[in-house]
Amino acid sequence: MSDHKRMWEKLNLDIEAHDGLLEVLGKFYGDIYMSQDNRLKGMEYMDFVLSEVHGLRIKELQDAKAAGRKVVGTFCVFVPEELTLAAGAVQVGLCAGAEVGSARAEDLVPRGTCALIKSFIGFKLSRLCPYIESCDMIVGETTCDGKKKAYEAFAAHAPLYVMEVPQTKSAAARALWRAEIVRFKERLEELTGKAITVDALKAAMKTVNARRRVLQRLNALRAADPAPISGRDALLINQISFYDDPERFTAKIGELCDELEARVARGQGVAPAGTPRLLLSGCPMAVPNWKLPYVVESSGAVIVGEESCIGTRNTRDLVDETPETMDGLLDALAERYMKIDCACFTPNDERMDNVAALAASQKADGVIHYALMFCQPYAHEAMKLGHTLADKGVPMLALETDYSMEDVEQLKTRVEAFVEMVS
Amino acid sequence: MIAGLDVGSRSVELVVVDAAGRVVLARRVPTTFHPLRQVAAVLDGAAPEAIVATGYGRDLVAGAGLDVPVTTLTEIKAHAAGARRLFPGARTVVDVGGQDTKAIRLGEGGRVLRFEMNDRCAAGTGKFLEHLAGVFQIPVEDFGAYALRGARAVPIGSMCTVFAETEAVSLMAGGAPPEDIALGLHAAIAARTAGMVRRVGLEPPVVFTGGVARNPCMVRLLARELGLDPLVPEDPDHCGALGAALEGLARANGAPDARGATAPGAGG
Repeated sequence: MSDHKRMWEKLNLDIEAHDGLLEVLGKFYGDIYMSQDNRLKGMEYMDFVLSEVHGLRIKELQDAKAAGRKVVGTFCVFVPEELTLAAGAVQVGLCAGAEVGSARAEDLVPRGTCALIKSFIGFKLSRLCPYIESCDMIVGETTCDGKKKAYEAFAAHAPLYVMEVPQTKSAAARALWRAEIVRFKERLEELTGKAITVDALKAAMKTVNARRRVLQRLNALRAADPAPISGRDALLINQISFYDDPERFTAKIGELCDELEARVARGQGVAPAGTPRLLLSGCPMAVPNWKLPYVVESSGAVIVGEESCIGTRNTRDLVDETPETMDGLLDALAERYMKIDCACFTPNDERMDNVAALAASQKADGVIHYALMFCQPYAHEAMKLGHTLADKGVPMLALETDYSMEDVEQLKTRVEAFVEMVS
Repeated sequence: MIAGLDVGSRSVELVVVDAAGRVVLARRVPTTFHPLRQVAAVLDGAAPEAIVATGYGRDLVAGAGLDVPVTTLTEIKAHAAGARRLFPGARTVVDVGGQDTKAIRLGEGGRVLRFEMNDRCAAGTGKFLEHLAGVFQIPVEDFGAYALRGARAVPIGSMCTVFAETEAVSLMAGGAPPEDIALGLHAAIAARTAGMVRRVGLEPPVVFTGGVARNPCMVRLLARELGLDPLVPEDPDHCGALGAALEGLARANGAPDARGATAPGAGG
């Protein structure tokens, strides 16, 4: 551990506060994860990765940097990892799932800002995230007003680059996004001093698609009754997919899926057949935001899918790997990323259809819509989604919460009542 | 004999039913800061075979090691079951308690179709009325009758208890008749509650339960907001405990226990 400590000191972390954070995180993980019964053997890898979330993985990033590679941090599934990898850089999703330094964050952003934005600013200002401190470039995106204005303030504290995500899917918007992809490619080439070649980009597309495919496979296995894996574990796998080495991760999840397949074939699950099955839908849940999944799975239900950026929104669509020219590959990238059904788009009717389809394919008895407090786009869509699902006879519970623990009892009452309702 | 025990933020209610579902005992004590002591007091001499606990203190009772089997039920289903028993045709239930307001839509056979609850803030609940009655130096039991003496409701913009108090004090300083201000405060809650009822899909008959249903001003204003007269039980506080007792009877008779399913690694 002393090696880690030296590394954290070099990264200029607030060592004392960071020790405190790791202790809380460890306890929280123990309560929420290690208490589960019938856990998969394959989850040991996840337990290990999480226990070394600020340790070995950061060491790997430092080693990569020492070997001349650059580290790119992101907050959003719109940033095309294929380009980052093709430029020989490493891409990591940055943690924004803990209530850390929110009082300090309010020096930079208004109080009525969502917990996710306050969290990444709080992590930076409190010097608690070794990922942020390892980044040579952090990529923001204009998905919502809260984020795009927060990046203006954040730019004074971190090496920030912002991609413009359009708000509609018109032809002009698609052209804008295609131009943003080119601009990002050029910025990466400038950062790494390396030209992105057709071959490197095709290889990167294969790597990222392979990770999407293995997560698709995991999700398909969750359609089984009894559910073979808990929603908490599946969420953790999705969370870890954002910062683990992509090829190693894909191999490990492949093994876990083999184990799941055998379990499904034996008719085994983490909860008895007939346990109410719920789909989570809405805002992303970044590490260590496990509050709602824990409440749900402590209330007699099992979660069978996550319609979220840390879930199917990130894995549903593959990139077409077949074009042989740079222009063709960039077209394919632009097209794939414009399929993302983020609530920042207007209209965004495809999300309604996608949630309904996912609820059906996962054989969900109901949907819990999760919106972060002050997240206008998802709060609006919760109302719309409620009507869409009601028409299809799928019950939905809309919840609005943040990262604090003060409303756990209120959430429990709603979730338990919803479980009673769909049972 | 099965007991329903509703441990709310304000009061603890007990209803005991016999094997035929007839109410044989109904009691009520304040919750205080020692809810388990109050639970013991309210159960004194009741000797039920099983208890179904509901209300925000349900898990506390379930974990208290009573020498009677205890299962739990949410307030939502408890109030739905209680209202359904008192008014068999009930299609919508509004419950305004100490710190929660809930609206519940019932389907065929009393099944819960949809529900809404206020969020973590206690705005527009019994607590809000209690606090503001204190500002008026009137016992909360008399606050409704006092508000009914108001001629015209003064519009109140704030639903935060603290801000509403500031607003009421400013209005008094501005010379508005206190009865009109009291009426305005009631009107603000009624409007908010009615909004919740509309969101679950208002369908008559509507049953109004919870301690706040004893407030005649709230009943009248809610009727105006909803455009219909809600049905108010004789004893609106006991509806949740009654529902819990009836659910306990159903469970004793072999009905599926909604809370019997084991969650994956259920810990809390």
